[in-house]
Amino acid sequence: MSALTAGLGPHAGFILASYGAVAVILVGLTLSIVLDHRVQKRALAGLEQRGAGRRRPGGETS
Amino acid sequence: MKRLIDLANPTRFMRFSAAVLPWLAGAAALLLAVGFYLAWFVAPPDYQQGETIRIMFVHVPAAWLAMMFYSLMAVSALGTLVWRHPLADVAQKAAAPIGACFALICLITGALWGKPMWGTYWVWDARLTSVLVLFLIYLGIIALWRVLDEPSRAGRAVAILTLVGFVNVPIIKFSVDWWNTLHQPASVFRMGGSTIDSSMLWPLLVLALGFTLFALMLHMVAMRAEIMRRRVRTLTILEAERLDRLAQAQGVPA
Repeated sequence: MSALTAGLGPHAGFILASYGAVAVILVGLTLSIVLDHRVQKRALAGLEQRGAGRRRPGGETS
Repeated sequence: MKRLIDLANPTRFMRFSAAVLPWLAGAAALLLAVGFYLAWFVAPPDYQQGETIRIMFVHVPAAWLAMMFYSLMAVSALGTLVWRHPLADVAQKAAAPIGACFALICLITGALWGKPMWGTYWVWDARLTSVLVLFLIYLGIIALWRVLDEPSRAGRAVAILTLVGFVNVPIIKFSVDWWNTLHQPASVFRMGGSTIDSSMLWPLLVLALGFTLFALMLHMVAMRAEIMRRRVRTLTILEAERLDRLAQAQGVPA
């Protein structure tokens, strides 16, 4: 780590902070989207398993 | 065009996106890996800016994507208001947080690049201020989506706000030409060709393409989640109505 910092010169802190910010923001965004997708998928599967929205004879939905 | 119209059907979009997503994820991962390798181990330090040029490889793609996603939202807004495309407001809602994150990355990395090069994290010049305005418009759009419950009503309100806010995109692009700014003028896409040496230009372009595919992949997943959220909402309402009718038929107060 110190070798990397030395190789980046006097402004290493700014460079590493930039890449750190990119990583934190993009990992957070990815997690929030993937988790939301998973939550909706489970909710939809649960509703479909219960037969919600399925039409029954006589126009009744189940 | 016909393919686009075919994809307007949410069921077809779900099938299409499920097939495309693994390829998109693979291509994005490969391009980002190659791009970061080139940016860190092949591109030389700049003769004036030294190693801080490494910040450019994330700052510039983030700026492009912040504007690209807003433009995508403006096209979706037209789709909502003019053509009433069934997926337009889904695409618009899914794009807003992604565009906002890239605008935020652009602002943070710009400040961290500005301090060692300009001696300050921030100045109220036209380019920096217009990007900050873009970020604030993104936040406003995200907030408006959360305030209005009914998706189609929210979609129309957000579409109007998005189109009004689109005036900021050309201002961002041309701010460095129209006003005297501390920010440098365009150096990649300009008349007369790029002013960046190819040893730095290629890593930048590879990373820009990698980030673009990555962002499009996230957009597709977010659109799928939004389509499912609307289906869940509809089914929950239908279920509640059915239980209500059942309770009435049995004489039980709802």
